[in-house]
Amino acid sequence: MGIKIALAGNPNCGKTTLFNSLTGSSQHVGNWPGVTVEKKEGWLKGRKDVVIQDLPGIYSLSPYTLEEVVARDYLVKEKPDAILNVVDGTNIERNLYLTTQLIELGIPVVVAVNMMDLVQKNGDVIDVIKLGSTLGCEVVEMSALKGEGGMEAAQKAVTLAQTHRAGELPHIFTSRVEHAIARIEESIQGKVDDSYLRWYAIKIFERDEKALEALNVSAGLKAHMEERIADCEKELDDDAESIITNQRYSYISNVVSKSVKKKSGEHRRSVSDKIDQIVTNRILAMPIFAAVMVLIYSIAMGTSITDGGFAIGTFATDWANDIFFGEWVPNWADSILNVLSVAEGSWLYGLIVDGIIGGVGAVLGFVPQLLVLFLLLAILEDCGYMARIAFIMDRIFRRFGLSGKSFIPMLVATGCGVPGIMASRTIEQDRDRKMTIMTTCFIPCSAKMPIIGLFAGAVFGGSPWVAASAFFIGITAVVISGIILKKSKAFAGEPSPFVMELPAYHMPSANNVLRAAWERGWSFIKRAGTVILLSTIVLWFLQGYGFVGGRLQAVEDNGSSLLAAIGNAIAWVFYPLGWTGDMAWKATVASFTGLIAKENVVGTLGTLYHFLGEPGENGEKIWALAGADFGPLSSYSFMIFNLLCAPCFAAMGAIKREMNHAKWTAAAIGYMCLFAYMSAMIVYQLGGLFAGAVRFNLWTVVALTALVAVFYLLLRKGYQDEKRFRRMSSVDTKIK
Amino acid sequence: MITLKDVKAGQIVAVAKLHGEGSVKRRIMDMGITTGTEIFVRKVAPLGDPMEVNVRGYELSIRKDDAEMIEVV
Repeated sequence: MGIKIALAGNPNCGKTTLFNSLTGSSQHVGNWPGVTVEKKEGWLKGRKDVVIQDLPGIYSLSPYTLEEVVARDYLVKEKPDAILNVVDGTNIERNLYLTTQLIELGIPVVVAVNMMDLVQKNGDVIDVIKLGSTLGCEVVEMSALKGEGGMEAAQKAVTLAQTHRAGELPHIFTSRVEHAIARIEESIQGKVDDSYLRWYAIKIFERDEKALEALNVSAGLKAHMEERIADCEKELDDDAESIITNQRYSYISNVVSKSVKKKSGEHRRSVSDKIDQIVTNRILAMPIFAAVMVLIYSIAMGTSITDGGFAIGTFATDWANDIFFGEWVPNWADSILNVLSVAEGSWLYGLIVDGIIGGVGAVLGFVPQLLVLFLLLAILEDCGYMARIAFIMDRIFRRFGLSGKSFIPMLVATGCGVPGIMASRTIEQDRDRKMTIMTTCFIPCSAKMPIIGLFAGAVFGGSPWVAASAFFIGITAVVISGIILKKSKAFAGEPSPFVMELPAYHMPSANNVLRAAWERGWSFIKRAGTVILLSTIVLWFLQGYGFVGGRLQAVEDNGSSLLAAIGNAIAWVFYPLGWTGDMAWKATVASFTGLIAKENVVGTLGTLYHFLGEPGENGEKIWALAGADFGPLSSYSFMIFNLLCAPCFAAMGAIKREMNHAKWTAAAIGYMCLFAYMSAMIVYQLGGLFAGAVRFNLWTVVALTALVAVFYLLLRKGYQDEKRFRRMSSVDTKIK
Repeated sequence: MITLKDVKAGQIVAVAKLHGEGSVKRRIMDMGITTGTEIFVRKVAPLGDPMEVNVRGYELSIRKDDAEMIEVV
């Protein structure tokens, strides 16, 4: 049997750096089952029998956040052999708060006090021996960034794991509380492993529902314990949870005052504070933020360096799309297939070159750009600026139920929705993250630009207002959805406080940044190899094959393909959007091919109209034909639908990856389609009615109802009005 | 009753009592804001909310809505 060591600590304590240096290249990155929390594990270098399990960064073992629940469940159910607890030495009081809870689990704990170099530089002294003897566990010094002490700490944890020796549990609470806890311990004895007894007893004292559930206690016993808790609360005139937290912190203050010597006064200005004086300054914060965003955008997604811009990302992706997947790979495939004597024009050739390479290549072509972008985001995150972005943008975004950090996914989504969705990973709050994922794709990405361009040119005389309105629609969709979703039952449940640490700035570590960028890039590539591959093959088949004379065969003309048949069959669905007459099935088919990549919408329309008009060299003729066939109102409704509906497969893959939950993925995509459908219908029916182009009909009523419903959803009181809930509870406490 | 929300930047206060309940209150306590703790109000964000405070030697950002639950003296 191998040894399992759990790596635990607060966010920003240097845990990731330590994990990287302990495990090197043996890491496995995934998600905890069913949740959006990242899971990482790896072997200790040189010890294939020792698995290091990285737990999410947490401040406490309370049952309220997803990360905390994940960490708790692991610690209690998987029973690691030892815990390596990383503690930020420059912020020792709050970090030890988690430590006291970890020790209670009865698992051997090694506390590694990180950032010792900074502690010494500040002129502070931490007496680790004294700290260890008070806490009842091993305490070692470490500087993860400099690579000092990490391996030693891990070795200590391995030794402890082998001897199964947990320290003496310190008595943290006052005798009154300790007494109550001891009585609860007696009551639940035998129901849990003895080493977990104290942990469960304290949790029950805190009225932790999850812990109670796990124990499956009888109603009588529960009432008995409740009596003890209530007695204690009455005596100490506070609620149990507060009693525990308060006493924990007083215990820590006491421990720290004995073993840590601080050099100067409490509120001295550190380098980090000085940086913040400028970076989050009242006047300068916004311009600096704008400048950083412009910089990131122009490096990753702006004008390519070959066209006089700064964008390395765009350049690399252009190269990957046009040269690598455009010429090299098809040529290689061609020569390999020739050697295997697969003839050009055969179905296998078509499948491989047009279907797989064309489809997956279009998706993989984004990888270079993604890597550049993720690299920049990882730098922002690692150096501490990302938290400041949330700090300065929070006011705006939380009105729509999003986080200040949602700005970055939205900005990135103007280039491509896929990295936009993946950038949402920097948002801590699960609710905010899910809502960001659901709304990010409303922002028109670069692949939707041709759709806008086509209709702006062919129907609206090249008016710049069409593109402007597309962005306006996108942003409005985000705002409306944010408010609607915020008030829905699924999101309104627990009010999530925005209490966020602003970590001290530090130089980003190259190793961490490169790893983080690669992990995100790699998870994208894996998606491309599975979901996206499958979807593109299916669509390729539907697009290229059809029944001609009752026989299934490859078709030259898209119009007689299976896809066209399906398009024809379901075109009626889009009738209320004004997709009527001959354009209906073409618009439907074009929307479907847009699922491979949004660029395809225009490409498909080109092909479909190409067969009708003169196949001249001048493409404008085709667009003029399409424009005339669509008409202005239907064009606009088509455009709205395609801008807002389900994104391309790559983006859907990213949604699935980030949601890590089939139901949430379906909900997100379903919501987008519904929202797109409704918006397009409202614009076509009601806009048409006002303009006199559409007569009053049944769908006018439906559209009106939908519009009223949207207003209702926007203006209604939320499922659970947070503020009122809180006010009332604070009033309650006062009455007590 | 004075709450943390009303405290001007640059002032130091002590926590008198925490109002509210459930996850919000627990989270605030978990971050080290407990009865008697000293809080230094560093600044208010450029758009007027949230605020930045120093507590137990580190920087914390907290929304005014949540700060309202913290009674101070």
